[in-house]
Amino acid sequence: MLRILYFAWLRDRLGRSGETLPLPQGAHCVQDLIAALHARGGEYAAIFARPELIRVAVNQSFATIAAPIAAHDEIAFFPPVTGG
Amino acid sequence: MPRVTIRVQAEAFDSAHETALLLRGHEDVGGVAAFTGIVRGGGGLVALELEHYPGMTESMMRRIAESACARFGLVGCTVIHRVGRLAVGMPIVLVLCAAAHRGAAQEATAFMMDWLKTSAPFWKREEFANGHSAWVEPRAQDEAAKARWGSLTA
Repeated sequence: MLRILYFAWLRDRLGRSGETLPLPQGAHCVQDLIAALHARGGEYAAIFARPELIRVAVNQSFATIAAPIAAHDEIAFFPPVTGG
Repeated sequence: MPRVTIRVQAEAFDSAHETALLLRGHEDVGGVAAFTGIVRGGGGLVALELEHYPGMTESMMRRIAESACARFGLVGCTVIHRVGRLAVGMPIVLVLCAAAHRGAAQEATAFMMDWLKTSAPFWKREEFANGHSAWVEPRAQDEAAKARWGSLTA
């Protein structure tokens, strides 16, 4: 199972901080996962229609949407960071 | 090995105490540079709510700190970042850099803050007196400040 995490306004809008789901059929990279989440419609479609507003981490390292994913990966979606 | 301390915590920190811990047993230190970030008020802001990504935040903070130690030849450094609700005027982040000489300590402090602001997974939500709240947008000048240092591993 993939472990998906959402932070900041993504979590607020989706109403959840994370979920687990099987690796979608045919998904090889982050972009494929984004397409699967977008296909759910509703708030998911609204958020994942604009991946340029989102940053991603795979197994707690920053990644691009071209990064490969595999079953059991932890994939986090969040806005650009604003600490300090 | 440089002495590196990384913490994410809700509680306040004591800069003098942390400085003493950093210096303990290090007679080769000629200076400690310190930066304390404060929740800045204005525009009706009451507080910030800080969220982070447990695990990844600490590992990014450690990478940044170890990179600063290597690049500037630090004897050690301490980075403490607070999370949770912080009212205007409260300290939010502490960076201490100890080195043989002042220049390295001060440069390393700027380096660490520029990288922390843009690469450690923290997010701020602003809470206003009128009850509104909004997630803070990233600032282009923070990215530009980080870019002047090149890559983290350089």
